[in-house]
Amino acid sequence: MRKRDGNPKTYTRLTHPLVRDSREEPFRRASWDEALDRVARGLERNRGAFGMFSCSRATNEMNYVAQKFARVVMGTHNVDSCNRTCHAPSVAGLAAAFGSGGGTSSYEEVEHTDVIVMWGSNARFAHPIFFQHVLKGIRNGARMYAVDPRRTATAEWAESWLGLNVGTDIALAHAIGREIIAAGLVNETFVERATTGFEEYRALVEPWTLSLASKVTGVPAAAIRELAHAYARAERAQLCWTLGVTEHHNGTDNVRALINLALLTGHVGRYGSGLQPLRGQNNVQGGGDMGAIPNRLPGFQDILDPQVRRKFSAAWGTDLAPHYGLNLTEMFEAMEDGTLRAVYCVGENPAQSEADTQQAVRRLKQLDFLVVQDIFLTRTAELADVVLPATASWAETEGTTTNSERRVQRVRRAVAPPGEARDDIDILCDVAARLGHRWEYPDAEAVWDELRSLSPVHHGMTYARLEEHQGIQWPCPSTDRLEPSYLHGRLWEPDPARRGRPAPFGIVQHDPPVDMTDENYPIRLTTGRRLDSYNTGVQSGGFASPLRRGEYIELSPEDAEHYGVVTGEQVQVTSRRGSVTAPVWVDPALRPGLAFMTFHFPDEVDTNQLTIEANCPIAGTAEFKASAIRIEKLPVATEVPPLTRL
Amino acid sequence: MDLHFGDSKPTDDERAAVDALLGPPQSAWEGADRSDQDLRWARGGRAVRERRDLLLPGLHAINDRVGWISPGALDYLCRRLTVPPAEAYGVATFYSLFSLRPRPATVLHVCTDLACQAAGAEQVCAQAESRLGPGSGVRIERSPCLGLCERAPAALAIRAGDPVRTAVAAPASAASAVSAATLPDAAPQEPPAAAAAPQTSGSGPGRDRLLLLGRVGVADPESLDDYRAHGGYTALRRAFALGPAGVIREVTESGLLGRGGAAFPTGRKWQATAAQPEQPHYLVCNADESEPGTFKDRVLMEGDPFALVEAMTIAGYAIGAHRGFLYLRGEYPRALRRMEHAVAQARARGLLGEDVLGQGYAFDIEIRRGAGAYICGEETALFNSLEGRRGEPRSKPPFPVEKGLFGKPTAANNVETLVNVLPVLTLGAQAYAAIGTGRSTGPKLYCVSGSVERPGVYELPFGATLGELLELAGVRQGLRAVLLGGAAGSFVRPDELDIPLTFEGTRGAGTTLGSGVVMAFDDRVPLPRLLLRIARFFREESCGQCVPCRVGTVRQEEALRRLAERTGDAADDIALLREVGRAMRDASICGLGQTAWNAVESAIDRLGAYA
Repeated sequence: MRKRDGNPKTYTRLTHPLVRDSREEPFRRASWDEALDRVARGLERNRGAFGMFSCSRATNEMNYVAQKFARVVMGTHNVDSCNRTCHAPSVAGLAAAFGSGGGTSSYEEVEHTDVIVMWGSNARFAHPIFFQHVLKGIRNGARMYAVDPRRTATAEWAESWLGLNVGTDIALAHAIGREIIAAGLVNETFVERATTGFEEYRALVEPWTLSLASKVTGVPAAAIRELAHAYARAERAQLCWTLGVTEHHNGTDNVRALINLALLTGHVGRYGSGLQPLRGQNNVQGGGDMGAIPNRLPGFQDILDPQVRRKFSAAWGTDLAPHYGLNLTEMFEAMEDGTLRAVYCVGENPAQSEADTQQAVRRLKQLDFLVVQDIFLTRTAELADVVLPATASWAETEGTTTNSERRVQRVRRAVAPPGEARDDIDILCDVAARLGHRWEYPDAEAVWDELRSLSPVHHGMTYARLEEHQGIQWPCPSTDRLEPSYLHGRLWEPDPARRGRPAPFGIVQHDPPVDMTDENYPIRLTTGRRLDSYNTGVQSGGFASPLRRGEYIELSPEDAEHYGVVTGEQVQVTSRRGSVTAPVWVDPALRPGLAFMTFHFPDEVDTNQLTIEANCPIAGTAEFKASAIRIEKLPVATEVPPLTRL
Repeated sequence: MDLHFGDSKPTDDERAAVDALLGPPQSAWEGADRSDQDLRWARGGRAVRERRDLLLPGLHAINDRVGWISPGALDYLCRRLTVPPAEAYGVATFYSLFSLRPRPATVLHVCTDLACQAAGAEQVCAQAESRLGPGSGVRIERSPCLGLCERAPAALAIRAGDPVRTAVAAPASAASAVSAATLPDAAPQEPPAAAAAPQTSGSGPGRDRLLLLGRVGVADPESLDDYRAHGGYTALRRAFALGPAGVIREVTESGLLGRGGAAFPTGRKWQATAAQPEQPHYLVCNADESEPGTFKDRVLMEGDPFALVEAMTIAGYAIGAHRGFLYLRGEYPRALRRMEHAVAQARARGLLGEDVLGQGYAFDIEIRRGAGAYICGEETALFNSLEGRRGEPRSKPPFPVEKGLFGKPTAANNVETLVNVLPVLTLGAQAYAAIGTGRSTGPKLYCVSGSVERPGVYELPFGATLGELLELAGVRQGLRAVLLGGAAGSFVRPDELDIPLTFEGTRGAGTTLGSGVVMAFDDRVPLPRLLLRIARFFREESCGQCVPCRVGTVRQEEALRRLAERTGDAADDIALLREVGRAMRDASICGLGQTAWNAVESAIDRLGAYA
């Protein structure tokens, strides 16, 4: 039988502005002037109730201008991006421990390390480029360990795969910490010199014996012990994680629990030893660095620091409020209670990427004014009052992006944008001008140079130097030298003054997923990504892939047999929030009671109708990774043969 | 590991064959039943990936058991070894002894190569085919040289099962070939190895002077005690007395040159390997004797297998290796049995293993079977084959002494070369070097076949002339041409019999000694058909990796076919042959392509073929 063509709905590029007078009407084509005037009016009348969704795929320069627009033109710190839905807990956790939210190592260091732990990360699929560095490391002799509920393509490369229960990461981490302490493998020099709270941590993990952890996580005690010893005894070790760690209601706690292991063993602040959150988008790091987050100004500088505020106020010629803005999650909540009424959404698709999408769409519909600036007419754009066609941030735009190893790299314009599509920065500047702020940015480099003058960590990165070095990692305070490839080397300084603030152990408790399984919802659903598709599929769906098979609910062979379903058969998947119909795929990498879906094909199967918006109180990220569901076989009559769904 | 498996399942037989080699699977991920423990913890990584070199033995195990390699069997083997099935498919299809399509359990390989063709192989083949029709359970395959040229024409029957059975019919008639295929267990015993070495029969005056063949036909090839009673293991004792550096010094001073065809000084190769700081070092014995017309290594391994075990031990000791691989032609079942037996005996007596001869030196030998690929006689292709990859030659440098098997320093030597080390050590370098000529020292084995009364392996000191050798073998009347060095060698005329058989002498005469093939053809053999067979051989055996060889060998065969059938302009085709031949010689990666035109060129220029 021919394989089902899993290629989803494709999107065509937006080539001219679209407007409408009411949400009931269809869009009509408009001139740029009319569209921009409407934007200016819509924002003007909602001053004080405005939020900006910036874009993790756009350039640093665009993110800089977007956050400046929110702060200067609209006078609010309500600016955020989809990093909220993925790695905000990593940033929050790393910042709490080390004072800055970036991954501490470089890709190259993975190639020269001894042990690599991939925790909650199917990098083979989700970060294929990073995984090439992992493979080089493995080839050079590194041993890789994988922690994941599923035996993923990443886990297949591992010395040892630990298949823990979803949401028991802290239990596992604490047990590893306890085993390291009990086996006398603590790096005492580092703990003494560079950390605080060790005694408290020791007491915290003391109850987490191997046998208790084995009971809670489901992983054999010997496997936990082996990983603990491998990590602690390695001369160099990299601890890498992705959304399996962060997309939980206690994501920041999860990150802290992992960081504790690095503190315990001194696997941070040295070449080859470090902590790496693998970012999902080309510029999710840069968006935060540029201040497109509600609590930091460009260069990761704290809004609450009066000196920082003074510097920016002087440069931008405006006063800055001495408090944090709302993050993405809070902005959605503010839509609910009517205190946020206008949104400027650049390149984001929250109508499909937020957990509990029905709720997200309802909230977006309540807005008084929504402008979406994008390259496609996304589901979010379909809800807008004005849609502005932008250039793609790659190939059609000049600027820079910052990758997961904090490396700022140039992107260049290679082709002309289609139709009337315009550069994001130019559009933002035109709206700003209509709202009384004349900004002169002849090109992206002018934006970058303004950022360099305000952000010490970016100061040394001129476009010329970025070109010369093929990208530079921050921090780069000086125009005449480069810093080491890893962060926090200061923690190893013998001189306390140069060592700076020690890193505190995170005192965090295991807390199981909010959405408990029971007899009505007996199966644990976890979500993730596949190699062939990207996020909600808007950008990848247009490109055919022989690997792509569309959305399925993946079940273990045992569960498929239990429910009497076979590959390709449509089943009803129901959580406490919603219900979708999806075909079955049988995957031996799953164990009984564990199911897997992606969210790459929301137009076919809206997986996020099932997920729970149980948010991390610190970072605001939702628990995409743990829902409770049930599977129901559909009556034969309504069963849709797979081929009719093309 | 990015392994994508199909839905095919192995049969119980296939699973048992793989498990017999690898042991039972350890977890569901390797193909066992799913257990709760498997779904919580999987081990793997380096230890598992490092078993890639067991791919070829695994393919043999399946092919031996069921006669072909089904998708389910291939999947199962790949799961056990964490090898992508697509890659394993590429490996399995590389070798002519394997089939990826169903075929009868019994395959009768009928040699249709040079010596056998001249001895009427086509007729045997045609008659056998008419008797063994489609329902006979036997598949007949025309084979390149089976290394039984002294008994041409030859046929080899292989019947899959547990255990796999083989039978040789040589010289083969249609009747003996058919009965070997249908009743392999009842086939008559092969003649003893000594029958292939005429000098060893009786007690002729030369008998005592044989250094390499001295024990053939005298010592029981299955008895280690008998081997030792005939002087065995005195060389190893001497080696331990000399120390590794001393052994290398002796071998260097003896002037021993490699007998595989390249004539590289063995002492220098060992010195270069021993000096490499990277560990471990490996010894590889190249027993993939596939040059058409060559069978001397087979006779040595069948007739005096312990000599090779001892010689490999000495070589391993000299270069600092603890593991030696013997890569043995897949078409040599008796040599395989003899060598397996000899290695097991040596191991049982402490002459291999953790503590050889109680000297604190650890060394062991693993025997790996080839699977029908001439190119695997090229040393770097052989390494790839051992590593479980397609047997495609590597670019050099780096040379094997730096990066050989598994990327480690490796000395690769031919069987005959290694066996020469024994007299080097027992006689001493000076006495050994006194044999032969100044630049080609020691004794040399020649594989004489074709139009002679007494075909077989002959041992003569370097320097004897071609005429003397042919006289010894009883050359028949009407000699038309002599092929020196095999398919990769070249033809000489009957009036050139005074060519001295030394490396420098043959080179001076514009020909080559190669692996010691001396094949005589009388005037009844149609030269164009012979050349066409040589061209077909190279076309079939080209690994296809580099363009000059892949395309050139095809064009060469096409042109020779037109010449043989007189369907083109002969002058044009000869000009084309020269151009293609030059391109292959200049630009091919390895010796196969570089020499694929040699014999044809010599036939045109020396013999006046097509004139």
